[in-house]
Amino acid sequence: MDWLESLITAWHGLNANKVRSGLTMLGVIIGVASVIALLSIGQGVQQSITGSITGAGSNLLFVAPGSFQMGGVEAPSGSSASLTYADAQAIADPRNVPDAAIVAPEFTGNTQVIFGSANINTKVTGVTPEYLAAFGMEVGRGRFITEGDVSGRGTVAVLGSTAAKDLFGGFDPIGQKIKVSMPGGGRVSLTVVGILSPQGGSRFSDPDNAVIVPITTAQTKIFDGRNAQGESLVTSVNVVVGNEERVDEITDQINTLLLKRHGFKPGEEGDFSVVSQADLLATLTQVTNILVVFLGVIAAISLLVGGIGIMNIMLVSVTERTREIGLRKAMGATKVDILTQFLLEAIILSLAGGALGIALGVGIALLVDASGMTHAIITPDAILLAVSFSVAVGLFFGIYPANHAAGLRPIEALRYE
Amino acid sequence: MIAIQNMTKVYGEGEAAVHALGGVSLEIGKGEWVAITGPSGSGKSTLMHIIGCLDSPTSGAYSLNGVEVSGMNDTQLAAVRNREIGFVFQSFNLLSRVDALGQVMLPLQYQRGEKRLPRGERSKRARDMLGLVGLGERTHHRPTELSGGQQQRVAIARALAQQPSILLADEPTGNLDSKSGAEVMEIFHRLHREQGLTVVMVTHDPKVAAQAERVIHFQDGLIAEPEQQGFDQAQPKGFDQAQPKGGA
Repeated sequence: MDWLESLITAWHGLNANKVRSGLTMLGVIIGVASVIALLSIGQGVQQSITGSITGAGSNLLFVAPGSFQMGGVEAPSGSSASLTYADAQAIADPRNVPDAAIVAPEFTGNTQVIFGSANINTKVTGVTPEYLAAFGMEVGRGRFITEGDVSGRGTVAVLGSTAAKDLFGGFDPIGQKIKVSMPGGGRVSLTVVGILSPQGGSRFSDPDNAVIVPITTAQTKIFDGRNAQGESLVTSVNVVVGNEERVDEITDQINTLLLKRHGFKPGEEGDFSVVSQADLLATLTQVTNILVVFLGVIAAISLLVGGIGIMNIMLVSVTERTREIGLRKAMGATKVDILTQFLLEAIILSLAGGALGIALGVGIALLVDASGMTHAIITPDAILLAVSFSVAVGLFFGIYPANHAAGLRPIEALRYE
Repeated sequence: MIAIQNMTKVYGEGEAAVHALGGVSLEIGKGEWVAITGPSGSGKSTLMHIIGCLDSPTSGAYSLNGVEVSGMNDTQLAAVRNREIGFVFQSFNLLSRVDALGQVMLPLQYQRGEKRLPRGERSKRARDMLGLVGLGERTHHRPTELSGGQQQRVAIARALAQQPSILLADEPTGNLDSKSGAEVMEIFHRLHREQGLTVVMVTHDPKVAAQAERVIHFQDGLIAEPEQQGFDQAQPKGFDQAQPKGGA
């Protein structure tokens, strides 16, 4: 038989049992689609997490109280009372850390913010004016926190764009008074003086959801930001490095300075940590890699299930097919004729299933992406992996039983039960 | 045309071995109509399958049209099956979900060499063959839409499609009622008479065997009464159900 003839025979073979062909294809479709969808979502999540870090500014250092641990990127306020406002001022002193371009201490806590009947639970961040430049933020309307607000413990607030929308809906928040719950009880009334432009993209620190107040207001009026000695505390000092290549050097300078200030010997493990963007990225990449591996395992299981589906259908149909093979051999088909037919049938099913699976998987990934739950990035790797595995399984289990049957003498195949 | 020398066929090994054929020698000439009869397990079907190249003997020689078949490989055997032999089974063995025309065209797909029919002419050949068995009007019916007799006639048309030199039939009327069986036998008669086809038929129906020119009776893997003319009508009832000797 020539190839065209074999192709026609294979097509008739598939067409003769549409349910069997459809079910086999379904196995391939599910396997391919799930792998593409899951790996795309994994990639998307990874990129949106790491992207938010790099998006925050490429030359940032964070000084945080306590030891930095994986997953403990943002220590909750009050968990460690080791970093003071005076430490931040020392870092800002050019005599100590000459290359720190911007030093922006903050005191952040989570609490309830209320306007009228609207009520959001969000991060209230006490900052100095430097904060704006440190994170490359822009004020959309109104103004940011000023030196005067900080020194006067002004009861003013700047809202992130999402926070403004959540609290005020459509109408203008500027000049309105919001109430902030004090964790210890009671409320502080703040006047909204500005709104930030949407920052976007950043799901990690999410500045769009923030309510920003003067650091002194956060320390004294909203939260209890003092240690036993009565010193003002900060939850983080954000340092922008002028020259990106000197990040390590400046990290050392800050370490040395703070170890000395906190009474540790040089080289000791301090009660604070200095973390660079790169460190954060490395840690988060570690976390997201686990996520990607996890999704990959689920995808692999889907492939396996799809493969078992293909295998089952192929093996279940073996009785009928074995007798068909016996008959075809009795009519003069050679083993090569039989194998060609089954190979082509398996190729047609696997490729058609693979194509439909790609369409479905890409569709799911795009749908997830469009729904806003998370990004989904479709990579050629995922498609290649999914299709090659499914096609391999389809081919193997399409040909393996057929090969066995084609090797039988015709009468054995005809008698097969 | 068919020459078999001292052929044996053993199934299984050791204690459980079944000697289906115990050294059979046989010749069938061109244009003969031979019926092979005998009780179940006597080896008649085994011989038939070997003649049809569907099974291979354990030992012995088999030459078909002067060509030694017993040493052939898979591809050569496939060519012999395709070119020389038309096989009709008791259980029809039609492909489900394929119409009558498709069934008859099946062996034409596997043609090789000069005898190969161009694709366009195959459906004409298939129609001719269906016409020959009286099913010219039922070319697009599937097996489920045909009666048993009609299915067997499709199978005969399929066996004839390649214009083989021998038509082999293994209990062709075994699954049919007497009326359909008679119709099928009539077709065999006509083919034998009009086209001089060599027909070898396995049957345990004495009435069917009696229509043959020559009857070969099998017993315990051997030809019991060689060249006996006329079937022993006085054979006791239930004889056909005798169990194979030496079975498990």
